[in-house]
Amino acid sequence: MTTSGYLDAASSEPMHPAARDTLLAALDQGYADPRRLHRTARSARLLLDNAREVVADCLGTRPDEVTFTASGTEAVHRGLLGLRAGRARHGDAVVHSAVEHSALLHAAAWVPGEHVAVDVDRTGRVSPADVACAAGAAGVAVAAVQAANHEVGTVQPVTEVAAALAGTGVPLFVDACASAGRLALPEGWDAAAASAHKWGGPAGVGLLLVRKGARWRNPFPGDDRVDERAAGFENVPAALAAAAALQAVVAERAEVGRRQAALVDRIRAAAAALPDTEVVGDPVDRLPHLVTFSCLYVDGEALVDGLDRRGFGVASGSACTASTLEPSHVLAAMGALTHGNVRVSLTRTTTEQEVDGLLAALPEVVAGIRAEVGL
Amino acid sequence: MSGAPDDSEVALELDCRGMLCPLPVIHLGRRVGEVPVGALLAVVATDVAARTDVPAWCRMRGHEYVGEDAAADGSPRYLVRRSG
Repeated sequence: MTTSGYLDAASSEPMHPAARDTLLAALDQGYADPRRLHRTARSARLLLDNAREVVADCLGTRPDEVTFTASGTEAVHRGLLGLRAGRARHGDAVVHSAVEHSALLHAAAWVPGEHVAVDVDRTGRVSPADVACAAGAAGVAVAAVQAANHEVGTVQPVTEVAAALAGTGVPLFVDACASAGRLALPEGWDAAAASAHKWGGPAGVGLLLVRKGARWRNPFPGDDRVDERAAGFENVPAALAAAAALQAVVAERAEVGRRQAALVDRIRAAAAALPDTEVVGDPVDRLPHLVTFSCLYVDGEALVDGLDRRGFGVASGSACTASTLEPSHVLAAMGALTHGNVRVSLTRTTTEQEVDGLLAALPEVVAGIRAEVGL
Repeated sequence: MSGAPDDSEVALELDCRGMLCPLPVIHLGRRVGEVPVGALLAVVATDVAARTDVPAWCRMRGHEYVGEDAAADGSPRYLVRRSG
């Protein structure tokens, strides 16, 4: 399999070879219902429990804190709304950073009660004091701060937010979908979520983490599965493959992260050297594999198309590239230019040569689009 | 907006109603040179991205973002002072 020119790992990382091997083996062994009592079912149950233990070990949690869901989005929904439901006696409002993933914003909007967005600074970082201040208002059920931003890479001060919330009684939900596997899971969450296809596992596997002792109530219809926080028949082979990928990614992340961070530094410098171009997100305290920048007077869709024609697949937060025709709420909250936006995110195998190729193509593509509008 | 300039202070108003991003900012970039340094330029734009992108353009190009008010028909109007 070649992924050459694919620079959109933050949308989905190509499957890790360890996940592929595990998935193929588990497909033949993990098809039975893990709740049943016969031998084949016990085999499936063993694989599922093994996956849970591996994930817990990689993330520094207890196995009974790990639930496999059908996606990262489902894990976000269950995590946030379950903590909220557990605080029904205290209120129904949700406090969240202004730059959370749309999965979280949709979950907050789906339930009755206020949802309060806490502003971020120019790098996209939320202030722990601001979160605690908003969470201190009457009627707040839960606060949510992502581990790192999915669009601009800025790492959020989750542990400091948790410390600032201590004493308020407001539980903290952490969406770790963008960072899980790449960075250690921050401390201080009551519930958290992650998504396997973002670290090189298969799609269709999310992780819901609920801290032992946290007040979490199922916000959706229950089910009679092995794990009371889950609903639906477990995808045992995919869960095991997700665990295998996570284990491999965690084992190699020091080396891969260092290499990616150096390549991203090169892209940041080259983008910043383009005329009228703004590189956004924290330059240092960030995800290792991701960089976002915006080019003045450039149509985001034209930029994505232009790079695609030269063999590079990148994402964009510009309105013209979004199904909603709304610009990225993350860029808007940061006060960053929303048009001409590109997010480049490296896979674990992205090479220096691919980055060289991108950096050779980029100035020509940008200049070509600007020339068409006479600027 | 407090202390909003009255219309006589606006040297040039660009009608960018109905244009999608980045067209309002492209018009701004093309025509800012038509007003003298220190003069006010207004962009009337219905595209929501302009609310973020006009201030960002000011920051990147070194002009002063004065603020937002509304045109007579209620469309958002963004005010910029040419700085150089």
